[in-house]
Amino acid sequence: MTATLTAPGLPTAHPVTSLLTTAQQSLTMARRGLIKVRRTPEQLIDVTVQPILFTLMFAYLFGGAIAGDVTSYLPTLIPGILVQTVITTSTVTGVQLREDMDKGVFDRFRSLPIARIAPLAGALMADVLRYVIATTLTIVMGLIMGWRPASATGTIAGALLVIVCAWSMSWIFAFFGVIARSASSVQGISFLILFPLTFLSNAFVPADTLPTWLRAFVNVNPVSHVVTAVRSLAAGTGGGSDVALALLGAAAVVAVFAPLAVRGYMRKA
Amino acid sequence: MNTPAIEAQGLVKVFGSNRAVDGVDLTVEAGSVYGVLGPNGAGKTTTIRMLATLLRPDAGSARIFGHDVVRDPQTVRSLIGVTGQYASVDETLSATENLVVFGRLLGLSPRAARRKAAALLDEFALTEAARKPLKSFSGGMRRRLDLAASLISQPPLIFLDEPTTGLDPRTRNQMWDTVRRLVADGSTVLLTSQYLDEADQLADRIAVIDRGTVVAEGTADELKASVGHQSLQVTVARGDADRARGVLLDALGHEAASTPLTQGVRLTVPVERSGPVTDVLVRLHQAGVEVLELALAKPSLDEVFLTLTGHTATAAEASASATPTSPEKVLA
Repeated sequence: MTATLTAPGLPTAHPVTSLLTTAQQSLTMARRGLIKVRRTPEQLIDVTVQPILFTLMFAYLFGGAIAGDVTSYLPTLIPGILVQTVITTSTVTGVQLREDMDKGVFDRFRSLPIARIAPLAGALMADVLRYVIATTLTIVMGLIMGWRPASATGTIAGALLVIVCAWSMSWIFAFFGVIARSASSVQGISFLILFPLTFLSNAFVPADTLPTWLRAFVNVNPVSHVVTAVRSLAAGTGGGSDVALALLGAAAVVAVFAPLAVRGYMRKA
Repeated sequence: MNTPAIEAQGLVKVFGSNRAVDGVDLTVEAGSVYGVLGPNGAGKTTTIRMLATLLRPDAGSARIFGHDVVRDPQTVRSLIGVTGQYASVDETLSATENLVVFGRLLGLSPRAARRKAAALLDEFALTEAARKPLKSFSGGMRRRLDLAASLISQPPLIFLDEPTTGLDPRTRNQMWDTVRRLVADGSTVLLTSQYLDEADQLADRIAVIDRGTVVAEGTADELKASVGHQSLQVTVARGDADRARGVLLDALGHEAASTPLTQGVRLTVPVERSGPVTDVLVRLHQAGVEVLELALAKPSLDEVFLTLTGHTATAAEASASATPTSPEKVLA
């Protein structure tokens, strides 16, 4: 500690954060998240093991019963399990955000003249990496097991749709993460919501085998629409209305939960 | 007159049934070091968090260089650096990565952020550890990095919350040098401390906080004068305490504060001059009081508290931790 410290000056940056600086700050926060992932790769265990394990498990468990054999079940199962796995992955966002916020470093973020949404948006952007890994692994598993989607571009479009939907869902869990008292309670709430939402859908079984009251729920369940959209895209049969519905739902979730999460975050500040 | 760096009036923060901060007034002139002194749970950290826009006051107002902390928080944030009690840096990142992230958030280009990080690490003698993750850092290194992170934007006002708590004496002296240099370069520093000598060494003015209110304010000399430059501590048997108290009042002109110990009672009296102290021994002997232990001590935070509040700092700490809802629990 020998050199003299630079004399303080009044800040040159204007405190009003523009959209561009907000985006830059969010990207910086996302980079921080990615550095953390690189340092602790073990936190990727759920997005690597779960897609492989679940795809194998469900295919061999239900394949014969539902579709006669495993290979004919795959066009139904892979899009379903893709949506289920990737959306489940998005709950981790809330848990990690809660853990992160309990550390001293978030005090510094809050004391900096930066956009309030940047620490949240950055964390959520870094999590896209998780969705990409889970999506890729599930699709590769399917291909190894003999899934042959009719349309390659459609499959990629379906994968992107799933990633967009998971990202928008993660705002819900970010909101829980911000308002909850502990990381484990975030996990509890998230699973309570996601378990029925992903299983009471058409992800694993055709909806027409279900009792009427359950079918009614499954048909309005947004997860079902995403699954149907991915199935149609992979099969090359369009699926326009379901894709539109899925994107609309994703936008609505972000529109509602992003402001809620930011407000909750600011209230803690 | 210049706008004060900090102007706070009647700040109040309530956590459940605990009035953590109960009407704090502070005025800190630009370019000075201001010490906020008090035991754990006195409301020091809560006050800093309100001034630093991290916590919304329940009542009262505060302005940083004339900008209101509630109405204009972003401007306030651009004027301050905050170094918390626990290091506000990222454990999994290296020292350089931490500083680059903060620099980028403050609007520096990638190149400028890296240059600034390197310069600060050099200044704080952290260059050798620049690439290591913080997990391997000692407490002192973390604290230095934390302070370095607060200085990236060269803020005119720096909050240091207990900057030397838990540091060894050598590192503490380094920290003190750094604070002195900051002020020499024109910064204003508000620091909190549990140590009277720290405030004595660094601060131009000191506020003593107890149970959420300012109980005394002034220069170190003014505060010490109100406590007595030294204090006499006499430990006597319980049965002798009242007699000894009478002798002390008679000889030194001050009521003694008593602290019960496992064996006997310790009586503490402020002493202006050491002359009468020799007298006290003789008179205690004449009164038939057996002195178990005798010490002349420099005023400590305990004495400041005894004199200003009538209870010891440790007692205040005990009552604060006994409050059912601690601030941390409410915040979590």
